[in-house]
Amino acid sequence: MAPSTAGAITLTINGEKHTLPVDNRTTLLDALRERLGLTGTKKGCDQGQCGACTVLLGGRRVVSCLQLAVAAEGREVTTIEGVADGERLHPVQQAFLDLDGFQCGYCTPGQICSAIAAIEEHAAGWPSAATTDVRPEAGIPPLTADEIRERMSGNLCRCGAYVSIVQAVARAAEDSARTAGRTDVTDVEGAA
Amino acid sequence: MTTTTTGTVPVIGAVGTAHTRIEGRDKVTGAARYAGEIPFAELAHGWLVVSTIARGRIRSIDAAPVLAMPGVLTVLHHGNAQPLESDYVGPMGTPDPALQLFQHDRVPYAGWPVALVVAETSEQAREAAESLTVAYDEEPHDVAFAAGHPEAYVPAGNPRAEAEQEKGDLAAELAASAVVVDSEYSTPEEHHHPMEPHAAAAYWDSGRLEVVDSNQGSIFVAQELARLFSLDQSAVRVRSEHIGGGFGSKGTRPHQVAAAMAATILHRPVRVVMTRRQMFSLAGYRSPTAQRVRLGADPDGRLRALDHQGLNQTSTVHEFVERSADVARAMYDADAHHTVNRVVRLDVPTPTWMRAPGEAPGSYALECALDELAEKCDIDPIALRARNEPTVGPISGLPYSSHRLLACFEEGARRFGWGDRDPRPGVRREGRWLLGTGTAAASFPTLVAPSTAAVTAEADGSYTVRITAADIGTGARTALALVAADALEVTPDRVTVLIGDSDFGQAILAGGSMGTRSWSWAVTLAARSLREQLALGGTVPPEGITARSDTAEALGTLPPRERHAFGAQFAEVAVDIATGEVRVRRMLGVFAAGRIVNPLTARSQFLGGMVWGLSMALHEEAVRDETTGTVVGADLAGYHVAANADVPLIEADWVDDPDEDDPVNIKGIGEVGIVGVAAAVANAVWHATGVRHRHLPIRPDRVLAAGTGALPQAADARG
Repeated sequence: MAPSTAGAITLTINGEKHTLPVDNRTTLLDALRERLGLTGTKKGCDQGQCGACTVLLGGRRVVSCLQLAVAAEGREVTTIEGVADGERLHPVQQAFLDLDGFQCGYCTPGQICSAIAAIEEHAAGWPSAATTDVRPEAGIPPLTADEIRERMSGNLCRCGAYVSIVQAVARAAEDSARTAGRTDVTDVEGAA
Repeated sequence: MTTTTTGTVPVIGAVGTAHTRIEGRDKVTGAARYAGEIPFAELAHGWLVVSTIARGRIRSIDAAPVLAMPGVLTVLHHGNAQPLESDYVGPMGTPDPALQLFQHDRVPYAGWPVALVVAETSEQAREAAESLTVAYDEEPHDVAFAAGHPEAYVPAGNPRAEAEQEKGDLAAELAASAVVVDSEYSTPEEHHHPMEPHAAAAYWDSGRLEVVDSNQGSIFVAQELARLFSLDQSAVRVRSEHIGGGFGSKGTRPHQVAAAMAATILHRPVRVVMTRRQMFSLAGYRSPTAQRVRLGADPDGRLRALDHQGLNQTSTVHEFVERSADVARAMYDADAHHTVNRVVRLDVPTPTWMRAPGEAPGSYALECALDELAEKCDIDPIALRARNEPTVGPISGLPYSSHRLLACFEEGARRFGWGDRDPRPGVRREGRWLLGTGTAAASFPTLVAPSTAAVTAEADGSYTVRITAADIGTGARTALALVAADALEVTPDRVTVLIGDSDFGQAILAGGSMGTRSWSWAVTLAARSLREQLALGGTVPPEGITARSDTAEALGTLPPRERHAFGAQFAEVAVDIATGEVRVRRMLGVFAAGRIVNPLTARSQFLGGMVWGLSMALHEEAVRDETTGTVVGADLAGYHVAANADVPLIEADWVDDPDEDDPVNIKGIGEVGIVGVAAAVANAVWHATGVRHRHLPIRPDRVLAAGTGALPQAADARG
């Protein structure tokens, strides 16, 4: 008997459990888009090069086109549909909207998911290739425009909205730092 | 950074004030559905199979094993596909033979569509498509584009612009010139790569072919499909609500034809989405160019002779001309003036319009040549352009509708700090970096095309605009709401704009920077007409009162003028002497591009164009393998477009420049932002290093190989 090429899995997406049959070849991206109707996560290249399909898996950003759905079983998945607080937009979403951090909008859900994780990674003290002083005692590096550019470079935007994306991420980071009781985390022009 | 105009147009009403995008909330929440995301009951998935040879014939397609695979519904190919109409002149002229899907066994280039596999799921369709065995009889091919190709020819041109135009005695004026620049430039094959791949779903509903698509002009796609399938135009409806970028690539393409074919046979909805790799051969691209510019001038820089020759490639089955030399006809006069766009047919896919077709590569060559002339004449590059500012069209003799290029340079020079610039190359050093600044002019024709619109006064006091416009990220939907609000003298929140539906009637596509101008004209006329009807009094019935417009007649009375948007581009670069890397540190663009409808989204348009220019200058290059005829590394890793870390703080702003012949004073802004940027960057690289880079992109290996000229700084800079 041929081995089974399909099975039923349970995914927790935006806090909700979904049990669905999937072809074992199905990526997390296709499971979201084609099986669950969650088309906010975009397919730009289907090979991990553009970042349009970025979601949060266990709170960390991943490109969902390179994750098999079966491998996400039991993990917490957060998509663009799950980042707002009801009708109230997530600060990153609001900043993208207000500062026009997009044009066609196709890379935008991935940019926003990526930015949410990038801000958390930065707040947790993770360095990036743009960090000048990576010694642990140096503390959290300032979230400069160069830091944001580096941390957001896994998400291509062909419309070329990068200038506004950097400003939007900086503004959202300021908001979230203020909430956490920190100040002056960025020095990005136009972010305020 | 401000988004206010620097000019003096009084802000009255909605046009000219910043508004976030109407569909912005849907786009940041993921609620906006693009073409490949509309659900259908019984949807089947089509997967295109493209040729792996660059020239020859299909010997056989072995469909039987694939048809036996799980979920496979059909395999369409030249042996079983329905015949399509080919003898017609469609909305875009003679049809691209790539739309004649599966009609014969001939293969004119690598990546030519040879079959469509349709299955119940996309996984099944993909595996089956990748399993399909296609045998070919291969023939020798030629994909090698180069200057001086022996088979280059001068195409027929069109009524608006001849392929070749000249005045005066070029040889005599060059001989009489005190200073001569004679340089050859090249630009590589470049691809649009909108983030959303081309996608279409087709189905039949009550005798009508319905297509949900991602395109730049739904009425154009509907008309093309109607001709191809021999249908009455009323029997085809194409909708395109949200489009994930287009840049010229999203017209009628094989995927829509394939989806319609399969839906016809299977009697169920079929969706076909291009893979990123397939987009390299199925979606069009910008041809590589080889250009030669000769400038002859008096010692003070006044041009006596201007010769701009462009060459591009096209396929063996369809002619596309990249009109690189046209930009010289708008920009600079000379006693002798010669421009020509030549073409050579190769075994390659047919190129197409890509953001600022003609002007983008053409301005790179021409504006670099101007910089070389400024160096030779020892005058400031901006002063050189001022000295050669034409008063009428150099070839047409027509007056300009407006010509505010120097106002752009003046404002840009002030803000960029150009006045403090030391013109000498190679004298600024910061660690291992050499620094330089450069400038270039930008221009793009201001076009307009007939369009129709309908505006309805609803019984509840709101208004609905219907027009077959497309918002490919330009902000057109929002702009039209502002335009309609002003024409109706209401606030924008009372206006609903419906676009992207071929049932709304004839309207120009989103291209050539003429969408918003053409559509706004139609919306304004319809709104005016509606207000006249409403002024007659009475109550609005439940179905509303609708007024329609058609701008064809009004456009026919436009006085002939040289109509262009202009701009001045500034760039500062740092060149790493150790690695050859070029980093753009800052850019500024100042534009004279008509009245700006929505400063928030217009700024994004200009910035986006400038990012394209940076990407063109430093990154983008599709390399065609002469052995296989395919693009090497045909993906977004192999074809690098500018990423966030490549882009510095860029500023874009504008000067007051209303088009007095346009009811909303619009010119159009989609293309002019990219024009001149690559030249400004290349000129800045020269200013940094003392070496002219005449071939794009300015890659690290090219910078290293070219060195830093004979500059004394270069020797110790490597230490």
